[in-house]
Order: sequence, then structure tokens, then C-alpha cells
Amino acid sequence: MAKAKQGEIYRVAGPVVTATGISPKMYDVMQVGEEGLMGEVIKISGDKTIIQVYEETSGLKPGEKVIDTAQPLVAELGPGLLSSVYDGIQRPLPVLMDRMGDFINRGVSAPGLDHSKKWTFTPVAKVGDVVKGGDVLGTVQEFYLTHKIMVPHGVSGKVEEVKSGDFTIDEVVAVVDGKDITMLQKWPVRIGRPIVKKLLPDIPLITGQRVLDTMFPLPKGGAGAIPGAFGTGKTVTQQQLAKWSDAEIVVYIGCGERGNEMTEVLSEFPKLEDPKTGEPLMQRTVLIANTSNMPVAAREASVYTGMTIAEYFRDMGYNVSLMADSTSRWAEAMREISSRLEEMPGEEGYPAYLSARLSEFYERAGRAENLNGTIGSVSVVGAVSPAGGDLSEPVTQNTLRIVRVFWALDSKLRERRHFPTINWLTSYSLYTGNLDKWYRDNVAPDFPDLRQWAMEILQRESELQEVVQLVGSDALPEEQKMTLEIARMIREIFLQQNAYHPVDTYCPMPRQYKMMKLIKQFADLSNKAVSSNVSVDSIVALPIRDRFAKSKYEETIDQELDEIAKELPDVFAALEAKA
Amino acid sequence: MSIVSKEYHTISQIAGPLVFVEKTEPVGYQELATVTLPDGSQKRGQVLDTSETTVVLQIFEGTSGIERAAGVKFLGETMKMPVSHDMLGRILNGAGDPIDGGPAITPEKRLDITGAAINPWARAEPKEFIQTGISSIDGMNTLVRGQKLPIFSASGLPHNDVALQIARQAKVRGTDEEFAVVFAAMGITAEEAQAFMADFERTGALKRAVVFMNLADDPAIERMITPKLALTTAEYLAFELDMHVLVILTDITNYCEALRQIGAAREEVPGRRGYPGYMYTDLATMYERAGRIKGKKGSITQIPILTMPGDDITHPIPDLTGYITEGQIVASRDLYRAGIYPPINVGASLSRLMNAGIGEGLTREDHKAISDQCYAAYAEGRDLRGLVAIVGKEALSERDKKFLDFADAFEDKFVRQGADEDRDIETTLEIAWQLVALLPENQLSRIDRKYIEKYHPAHRKSE
Repeated sequence: MAKAKQGEIYRVAGPVVTATGISPKMYDVMQVGEEGLMGEVIKISGDKTIIQVYEETSGLKPGEKVIDTAQPLVAELGPGLLSSVYDGIQRPLPVLMDRMGDFINRGVSAPGLDHSKKWTFTPVAKVGDVVKGGDVLGTVQEFYLTHKIMVPHGVSGKVEEVKSGDFTIDEVVAVVDGKDITMLQKWPVRIGRPIVKKLLPDIPLITGQRVLDTMFPLPKGGAGAIPGAFGTGKTVTQQQLAKWSDAEIVVYIGCGERGNEMTEVLSEFPKLEDPKTGEPLMQRTVLIANTSNMPVAAREASVYTGMTIAEYFRDMGYNVSLMADSTSRWAEAMREISSRLEEMPGEEGYPAYLSARLSEFYERAGRAENLNGTIGSVSVVGAVSPAGGDLSEPVTQNTLRIVRVFWALDSKLRERRHFPTINWLTSYSLYTGNLDKWYRDNVAPDFPDLRQWAMEILQRESELQEVVQLVGSDALPEEQKMTLEIARMIREIFLQQNAYHPVDTYCPMPRQYKMMKLIKQFADLSNKAVSSNVSVDSIVALPIRDRFAKSKYEETIDQELDEIAKELPDVFAALEAKA
Repeated sequence: MSIVSKEYHTISQIAGPLVFVEKTEPVGYQELATVTLPDGSQKRGQVLDTSETTVVLQIFEGTSGIERAAGVKFLGETMKMPVSHDMLGRILNGAGDPIDGGPAITPEKRLDITGAAINPWARAEPKEFIQTGISSIDGMNTLVRGQKLPIFSASGLPHNDVALQIARQAKVRGTDEEFAVVFAAMGITAEEAQAFMADFERTGALKRAVVFMNLADDPAIERMITPKLALTTAEYLAFELDMHVLVILTDITNYCEALRQIGAAREEVPGRRGYPGYMYTDLATMYERAGRIKGKKGSITQIPILTMPGDDITHPIPDLTGYITEGQIVASRDLYRAGIYPPINVGASLSRLMNAGIGEGLTREDHKAISDQCYAAYAEGRDLRGLVAIVGKEALSERDKKFLDFADAFEDKFVRQGADEDRDIETTLEIAWQLVALLPENQLSRIDRKYIEKYHPAHRKSE
């Protein structure tokens, strides 16, 4: 039976369109209506096909035609991805602006990659080599990244021809087993790209953010969540990660968030330098911007589009960090579509498959051995925006069941202007055990112990604070007052970090160690001094403490820290002599 | 497509604001329709759901008086707003028709009211500081052009006065340009409406304003389109006539109630507290119509006002709003009871675009430092109030007493100001420095030494 390629609209309700007279496959991409709006099959029921449409549907009428492309939603993968800015279905926003002006109208399709640009292809494989899917045929220099052109999955055999020179992504660069290979690959976004096996994540993703790297580290290939009520600084934290994390590639998905926030990202990233290469950060970044007022179905697709691009770079052996801001908006898009389908709702109106979709998504993260033998990783950081700041809501809860790093943002801390607002008592990283070896080998042998010490002081502080709430701090014995002061130093000097300060915004690992070590040294000396009857007030009033606190804003911080560490014993000796 | 559209007499069901019509020719989604009652009067509606068998219409004026014999005509187009420069100075009802007794508006253009999303790539970064003359906003939660900054208020608080004060005083420094004001009232009482109008007329603000009035006794469904009409007008003024537009929307809570009402009538699966699951998207399509566009002179700045039911900031309306807007100004009942106007809770308020709009060349170099210091000190002082309630003031250390006093003085001198008091930014910052001077200087950890030396009152005297 020949499948009908064209049917007609039966019903339109918001972004959900029902068509009849057509029998497509699930998740086929459809062209809906006379304008050919892009949509995707999400349900088939008898002769009715239910389509979620990625564009605004007003004015669409029953009876208009629907065409089945017989293809699932695919991402275009190849040279040209880096520094691109896409909407949720990989349409480049600058191209859309050229074609439709300042506002996003509908009915315009635009390919994800530039098909006319020529790239210089340098072959790696030789004629006669036997290759399989994932193997590298050649390379293209894209900014400072070596973009590896891989054999598409499903193709294998002898390399019969391989070219060298300038080509567009549609031109043949090699022939394998009688098949023409171009630099362009297409991959269905809802399906993870294959790997050989997942590896244990045991290398931290260094972000230059003290509270993250030292206290609650995320490994390369790990998955973490940042839940927090509005105004707690989720977005700033995400952007700091995107800017500073030591991944080769950053994929940033602005999923259902503010337009002006995306503007900030779009105007700021090109100006920022990669701390390693000195090149603009934008050159290692792929941005997906599907703001809250752009069509909801495209928002649903945006996280898959981003993930597919991330996996493609992982396959080349790179470390990719993927930020999704916010997964709650993605879940809400699912809820909205589900309710239009009149599906039986689960908790709080979210579809019953919410948990399954979230875990499928986060499972695509990981450090992996690729088909071509390289090792790459996709680290995922998903922001969660819990309704009313209530962490018991379904999206947060389902996310926490999957991820192993939890960076809890706290609005109380924001009110005190403690940034980043990551609460040190409720956050956790279950990876510290895996990562301690790396820290011992690469930072300092006592690094995990220092972290443990700091956590204990902070824990102790919160217990003492309860007492202080009842009796006031004057009633505490001196050594407990000292503990509170040390905890204050950890909070104010170490944990607080100013994302907008040129020096403080990024803190390299050795400096993090040095700062924590100095606090520990200060604590040890203070405790000794207190036990020989030096008052806590006189220790707090030491000018060197103030100098330490301000050192993080100085260009010369590293020297400054060394000097303070050297002078500290004498300062305390003098203090004790006076007492 | 036929020019003369057919009239249908096939209403099968009327439920709340909805009318179900059967066996029509194909009708477009969101198309407009008119319903003619047997007495000849007409009501307008919009298509919410269309299929080959049934069309669901929502009726803006409410369904009272509609019977199954009524005739339904589809107009073949989605809702359009006639816009013109002459709208400035006019008062329109919630459906966009003049109610000030003036002539009909001659449209220069007819625009679709849904409004398309601004391409994020086309947006320009909002960064010009708007001086509202209110210290707690300018100093601590700065508003910038193109921002959407809601006021989270509650019943019985003077949010309307604050909104009016902003509308009166808002200006961008260094320019004489005034803001055009687009004011959309949704479900406010006739009394409130009169107070607004009287103020607009008293201050002469009306001549640069377009006012949309949907009052409490107007149909709830009409509220669904009032903000869209207002924003379409604002977009025309801003992006085609190069004006800087300040849009005030009040009260969003009434709008959301109408949204819930329609959802319930359609028997949709409700989300949190009965509000529809798509409320986030719906609110976003409204709030996101603020901003600036690269290469365009005009801008849209939005100040939506909402009353938090039960003073609860986690209620879905303030909650979803807070996730879309760039911050919020939170009104406080405690401050209001203490007789402080404007009763703005500085601690809970936030402007996300503040950092882009302040600093050297924009406001003043020390702005961020002094505001951070005030924030931190005020938060600490307020915490101490709780402690004082338990242990008494005597038990506090000298340092803590100073912070406690700071918090009181901050509310009394900085937050409190007259409804007609228009403070420029220098005055606001000067008050902040005077207050910070109450604290021991070694506690000013948020302020760089160079600013302390330049602006701290103690240092200035010594010069």
C-alpha cells in the first residue's frame, strides 16, 4: 500500500494540529498548511495524525494541506556549527532576521549550516584504509578547533577516494565503499549518537568558581542540576560555567527564558576571551535561543537539538559542556502539549512520561569511549526553576533522582548579596569520591582534607548559629566565637565570588588551594592564640585579615597570598606576646 | 475565499464565555467572529479551537443573552488593532474603542494584536538608566530602558500611587525626551480608574498617554485582549514612530483570573491552583513584548502591576511573572503599616538589568558598591531585629547596634519619600552615603577604598 504523502488539516487548537488522510511515522517532520509551517508527528490515532507545530498557528484552517516529509527532525552537523546562534529547531537566528526582519514570523525554513561556504579539507585517511562509522576521514580548521570529519554511521568499508582542498559541506570529499561522503551529516535529534561504552567520570570540569570546583565539583561527563527560585542567580551561574569551564566546546541552550537575557549572552560572549587560548569565547560556543515567547513546540525540541550537537563534538574526542536554562521551561512545554492532547495528567498536570523524558535526556551526558577510539565527554548542567521556590515540585524531584550534583541556590543568600548564592549546607556532589584522586595528584595531596575541614567548620557554624539566635553571640565561649569567625572567613573570602569583577570572576585551581590553605593556617594560628588568652576581637581586628579579604580583588593576588602566609606567624606571635 | 461571509445558525452549546458552532466552512484558528442576537445586538468573539465539525468561540462581551438561534459570522481575519499617532491623549475601552467622547481614530496602520516574538538576535541590550526619582528603585533596583520590571503588591497597598509616580517622573538623564505612556487597566474598579485619570489630567501626563480601560464590571474575557491591544499600540509607537514608551499594566492578577476562567470553561486540565498549564507561555508572550531593537530609536519598558493573593509571593501569578520579568519591585505591608511611603521592600526586590544601567558614565562610579553595601547592611540589620525581639537590644554588641540603627534609618531616610518628591540620582546616592556613615568604616567591606575616600562624608569634610 502506497503511503499518502499529502493529507489535510482536520483541527487546529493552539500549537497542536490534527490531520487526516495521511499515515506518517511517529516523529516525522510535516509541513502544515499552505505556508508549510514546520511540525512533528507526536501521536497517531486511527486515521488522525496529531502534529505539534513549531510556529505560530493563528489563521490556519481545517482543509489546508499537510505534507509528510517522511524524515524525523534532524540536526545538520558539520563545519560551521561553532559560533552559530540557533532557534530551537536549528534555524540560524541571523538568517531569520535577514529574511523576516526584527520579529520572528513564520513559514521560513533555513538550514542549520551555511551550504555555500567553502572549508579547507585536509585528509587523514588514505585510499585503501578500511573505515567504519565514526572514523576520521579528514579535518577542517574551524577557528582554532580541529573539526574532524567522520564517516557517517551506517557506512563502512574501503576508502576508495579521498580529496584535499576547499569544499562546501555538500560536495563530496571522499568515497567509501561506493558511497559519496560529504562533510555534512544529519542526525535525528531525539536519538543519542552511538558510542562504544561509557567511562567512569574521574576528571573534574574546572570552572574557576571556588564553591563549585572545591566544594561541589562536577566531573567531565557528569550531570548536575541548579535549582533555585527566581532571582537567585541561576542564569549568572550558568553563564559563568559557559564562560569559564575548561571544556573545548560549550553548547548553551536558552530554553524558554528571557529575550533580554539572551541578548546579554549574545552581546557578551563575543567580547569574552577564552582564558586558555585568548580567542573570543564565542568561537567555541553554539548558542540555542528559544525565548519564552517563541513557539512552545520548538522549545520542547531545543534541548534535543542542543544535545545532538554536543554529542557530535564528543564523538570527535572533545569535552563538551552543555548548559540548559531552564529544564523547567522544557518540562512546561511538554505539559502544555500534553494538555492539548488531552492526555491523562500526572503530578501537577505534567505528563506521566516527564520522569522518563528527563532521565533519557540526562543519560545522554557522560564520558565515553567513541567509535573511533577517542575519549570525549558531554557534561550537562540543567537549571531548574521550581515553582514558588518549592523543591518538592515534580521537575526538581525527578531531576534530583537522576543527577549526582546539586547546586542549591538560596534566595536568602541573594538578599545578603552573597554570590554565587550556592547554599553550602544543602548542596552536594556525589562525585567527590571519584575525583579525590585527581585532586590529590594534580592540585595538592591534602586538598580533599582541606575541603573536608572547611565543610566541617561550616556545619559547625550552622549549629552555633542556632545557639546564637537564642542567647546572642556574646554568651559563647571564645573558641566558639573563633569558629564563627573562621566560618565567616570561609564564606566571605572563599565562597563569595564576584562574577563581575575582572580578577575575581575566574579563580584557577592552584589559587583556590592557596586561599583555602591560608584560611586553614589563619584558623590554626588563631585557635592557638585564643587558647593563650588572646581575644577574638583582637584577632578579627588584625589588619592582615582585612588585607587577606581584599586580596582577591588584586591583580597581584597570588603574590599577595604568599606574602600573607609568610607574615602570618609573626603577626600572631606579636599578638600573643602582647597578651 | 468569499467576500460576503455566511451566517451560521448552528450553535450547539453555550458554556461560560464559550460558544460551540457546528458544521461551518473551514474557519481559521484565532479568527474573529460576530454573534448577532435575535434583538439585533452584536457580540464579538475569537476562535479558540477549529475543526471540520466544531468551532469553539470565546465571546469577549460574555455570553449573556446568546441563544442557540443566534447567528454567527466569521470575519476571515485574526484580530487587528488600528493604530495611529493620534492615539496619544486618548482614552479607549478594553476592546480599543474610544470612550472619551472624541472622534473615532483614523488608523495609519492595522496591526495583528498577537505580536510576533522579537528575534533574540535583533534585540539590543537595555542599558540606559531611567531615573524614576524614587530612591529605593533608582538606588537599589535600577530600571533601564527596555526592561520589564513588575510591581508585586497586595490588596490595600498603594501600588497605584507608586506606578503613577513612576509614570510622572520617569526620565532618561541628559535628554529632554519624555516617555509616552501606554496605560492598560484590567478589571480595576471605577474608583481606581478615576483616581488614575484625575492624576493623568492634573499632571498633564494624559497628552502623552494612551489609556485602555477595562473596568471591574466589564466582561472578564475582554481583559484577555486589553494588554495585547495596549502592547500592539506600544510597539507601533516605539518601533515605527521612534518613541520611548512606558507601558503600565494593572492588574495582572485580574488578567490571570480571566485566563483561568476560560480554561475552566474549556474543561482543560488545570495546572497549579487551577490556572492553565500554559499560563507561563501566555504571560511570556505579553511580558516579552518589552525591549529594544538594534537600529531602532524607540524602546518599550514595561511596569506590570500585580496583587499577590494572600500576600503570597509563591502564588503562581507572581511566581511565573518573576521567572519572566527582569526582577521585581516588592511592596511590603509592614512598611506600609509603619507609615512609610513608598512601601518598597528593598531586600526582596531585584532588578536584573541594574548592573547594565549603572556605573561610570551611566549613573556614578560608586553606585554599585554603595548599593551592595546598603543591601548587605540592611539585611544584617533586619536579621538583628529578630534577635532583639528575643534577647533585647542591650544584649547586642556595639557593632550590631549600629547595624540595627542603620536598618531603621535606611527605611526612614532612604526608602521614605514624598509622593511628589522627585530625587535625582545624586541625591539618592548622597542619602545612601550619609546612612552608610553611621556604620564603622572598617565594616564597609563592599566598597573600594578609593570610593570611601572620595564620597564618604567623614573624608570629604577633612578635605
